[in-house]
Amino acid sequence: MTWDIVIGIETHVQLTTKTKIFSGASTEFGLPANENACLVSLAYPGTLPVLNKEAVMKAIKFGLAVDAQIAEYSVFARKNYFYPDLPKGYQISQFELPVVNHGYLEINNEGVNKKIRILRAHLEEDAGKSVHGIMDNKTGIDLNRAGTPLLEIVTEPDMSSAKEAIAYAKKLHNLVQWIGICDGNMQEGSFRCDVNVSVKPSGSDKLGTRREIKNLNSFRYMEQAINYEVNWQIEQIEDGHDIIQSTVLFNPDSGETKAMRSKEEANDYRYFPDPDLLPLKISQRDIDLIRSSLGELPEECFKKLTVDYKLNEADASIIVSDKKTYKFYQSLVASGLDAKITANWIVGNLFAKLNDHELSIDDCPIAQEQFILLIKRIMDQTISNNAGKKIFDLLWEDPNQNVDTLIDTLGLKQVSDLSAILPMIDEIIQNNPEMVEQFKSGKDKAFNALVGQVMKISKGKANPGQVSELLKEKLTKS
Amino acid sequence: MKDLSLNELHQGLKNKDFSSVELTQYYLNQIKDLNTDINAFITVDEEKSIQQAQQADQLISQNHISDLTGIPIAQKDIFCASSWKTTCGSKMLDNFYAPYDSKVVDLFNKSGAINLGKTNMDEFAMGSSNETSYYGAVKNPWNLDFVPGGSSGGSAAAVASGMSPAATATDTGGSIRQPASLCNLTGLKPTYGLVSRFGMIAFASSLDQAGPIAKTAEDCALMLNVMADFDERDSTSVKRDKENYTQSLNASIQGKIIGIPKEFFNDELNDDVKIILEKVMQAYQSLGVNFKEISLPNSQLSIPVYYVIAPAEASSNLSRYDGVKFGYRASNYKDLEEMYLKTREEGFGDEVKRRILVGTYVLSAGYYDAYYLKAQKIRRLIADDFTKAFTECDLILAPSSPSTAFKIGDKTEDPVAMYMQDMYTISTNLAGLPAISAPAGFINNMPIGFQLIGNYFEEAKILNFTHLYQSISDWHKYSPGEVL
Repeated sequence: MTWDIVIGIETHVQLTTKTKIFSGASTEFGLPANENACLVSLAYPGTLPVLNKEAVMKAIKFGLAVDAQIAEYSVFARKNYFYPDLPKGYQISQFELPVVNHGYLEINNEGVNKKIRILRAHLEEDAGKSVHGIMDNKTGIDLNRAGTPLLEIVTEPDMSSAKEAIAYAKKLHNLVQWIGICDGNMQEGSFRCDVNVSVKPSGSDKLGTRREIKNLNSFRYMEQAINYEVNWQIEQIEDGHDIIQSTVLFNPDSGETKAMRSKEEANDYRYFPDPDLLPLKISQRDIDLIRSSLGELPEECFKKLTVDYKLNEADASIIVSDKKTYKFYQSLVASGLDAKITANWIVGNLFAKLNDHELSIDDCPIAQEQFILLIKRIMDQTISNNAGKKIFDLLWEDPNQNVDTLIDTLGLKQVSDLSAILPMIDEIIQNNPEMVEQFKSGKDKAFNALVGQVMKISKGKANPGQVSELLKEKLTKS
Repeated sequence: MKDLSLNELHQGLKNKDFSSVELTQYYLNQIKDLNTDINAFITVDEEKSIQQAQQADQLISQNHISDLTGIPIAQKDIFCASSWKTTCGSKMLDNFYAPYDSKVVDLFNKSGAINLGKTNMDEFAMGSSNETSYYGAVKNPWNLDFVPGGSSGGSAAAVASGMSPAATATDTGGSIRQPASLCNLTGLKPTYGLVSRFGMIAFASSLDQAGPIAKTAEDCALMLNVMADFDERDSTSVKRDKENYTQSLNASIQGKIIGIPKEFFNDELNDDVKIILEKVMQAYQSLGVNFKEISLPNSQLSIPVYYVIAPAEASSNLSRYDGVKFGYRASNYKDLEEMYLKTREEGFGDEVKRRILVGTYVLSAGYYDAYYLKAQKIRRLIADDFTKAFTECDLILAPSSPSTAFKIGDKTEDPVAMYMQDMYTISTNLAGLPAISAPAGFINNMPIGFQLIGNYFEEAKILNFTHLYQSISDWHKYSPGEVL
């Protein structure tokens, strides 16, 4: 029997606001415990929530970026449950009337495009955290994070493989950073996913029972967890067991998902509208204002690269995978560099190096003007592509060096002078009659060997394009 | 001195007839003499009050004097006051010292008024008799065997007995007006949103509203001048221009119309109360006011609707009292769950627990639509009734309480009978409207008030009508000593 996999994702995106969603306390990460726990965070009696407009603005921004409806009227509700890191005994969230409804994100998985529908996105506050193991037999509570604004983004169950789920999560991760609403830091918990997984017999209309994998904060774990979960569910069903709806946690050490104790999830949250907050009303004017500040989205940039700059889709998607990379690329092209050569250099060389060193584009040691100069020298044929790579490596080691000085001191200047190249070609033809014969009898390999010979005696300085052109001319004439 | 109005106290301070320290000491002595019997105060701190009075005297000596500068005001123990113990009448907060001032306390401090102490109240403002307080029942100064009403019973008893010239209070379902009625005082519940709820410990957020309890409408107007102020820390606070509530106290009400809701003046209304209210009407007639029968068809549903919505909000508002961060924590427990259970079991009284249970029930999955959602819909209908009624009249006359004060212990075993105490006051909380209770006379030597309800933000009109009534009547001038 074959099976269909059905996946939906809920993502908690931490919004980059200076202050918390319902108080003036700072959202700065990494401070000593409870440094940011103001009286509202601590739920002191008589304190009241006041909505942070910046969080609303960022939610609207997201809604516009996924072509969703922005609700004119949405409502904050209380989700009631007891937990030590939830100071009020309820979380302020949105329940029946969220701020963002019905958008979509288009993903590309192995060359196939697919629309993933976004059912809703709502604003809510984060909880604090319990800290175990510092004090004997006691649990510490750190409320720095309590009240940090979150946007919870919920998809329809539109994904049908772990690969699609990852493609969606990565795309979303890029988008929220692109539009400046989230720092995307997964280690710090700024972007975390709950993944709902179910399986059903291929082609069946009836959805299977789902299990929700909680709190995944790495794409690698997400893929492992989904694959494990899917196999587990199929095995269970094939062995004649029912799937019980539940919440599961992924253990990265064992690579397994495991259901939480039912007690931990048996909650009736008793949602009701929060009487301390007025309904959130958003005018068309607000929406238009935010729309005008949205800027180009990755999708449009991708089109520009593939259509206007004629880059291939693979390179284009790497360049728009991150706004900083895109901006870097654009500034290079704007300085007069060739779009394709520049793309090749960023994707092929720069990214390879950055990945090797686990660095982001911000951490690139090479100064932008040297990088531009390097590509210019390749474009104007002063040096060959290979010489360029050599210089790139040297610049990486010692960013204080200058491209032109390096070309001179290393003697990498390409010889494009006909009077210098032609004698070398004549010499090689004369010394290698066998190869010439082979070429004439149709062996292309022989031609490449002849080019190699010329390059060798030029000590790599001859312009290889020019060499092969002249050589071909000579051989076909003679 | 105890019969002086706020304005007379102000004149006395201004003319240096007495200092704020002398005045404050006078009331502190009154408290020493009377509080043991009446139990109106939970916390008194002579040192703090006198210190504030000294500062006030300094201001007065520099001629920096506004209406309440130097005048002692008792604060209901629901308002957080920096470095004062703030208990809300509960064991749960017996050890709680707020590190901040509520907006109301802050405004009084800024006006130069003296915090005379924190008054007793029903636990978390849940009650109509002041018997649910962890700090013991408050006695009605008119007869110590009787309740003063609730939940602001401490504030009412403090003013009625002459321990304080005026007091702050809060009203969620009648907690200002019913004790005012039962203690021969004037108590105003303002429009929802007029007075900030910041730092006022929440019972039912969509209904809670702070207001004054004082001897007269004029005193209430002076108090409201201080209390009504926009506050960005309370999202439900309404931004509007400040009004001067004393300005129009004497405006003519000739030709105005008072609406008489037929649903309140029916067979259920106590005959004695009915006679009292008819006399109030005669007084208004002499002031040139006309009457018109109006209808509030959904008002009969107010009590059930209130006892769904208020407990629902309370059950959530009181979740923060879990022993983790502040307040009471049980001493022996083996794990987190037991700590929660024991803390809340030991820290809350019966009435609070009853309402948490009801509130939790009506919000539960499967019951929400039938109770909470339906109650919210009826609440809207109740508000609509008033909106319609105010197209036909200026104010609405109603009883404040169904009867005079009852004996301590009489209704403690019958919560529903206790809940009926608020049958004439609750609908205005549900609608968010302003209303006043003012002295209307006595039945068997115990006082009772009448209620005037106004349209949104018509506090000035309510105070105007009440002040004119008080200018031709004497009921508000009686104090317990004279009757007993």
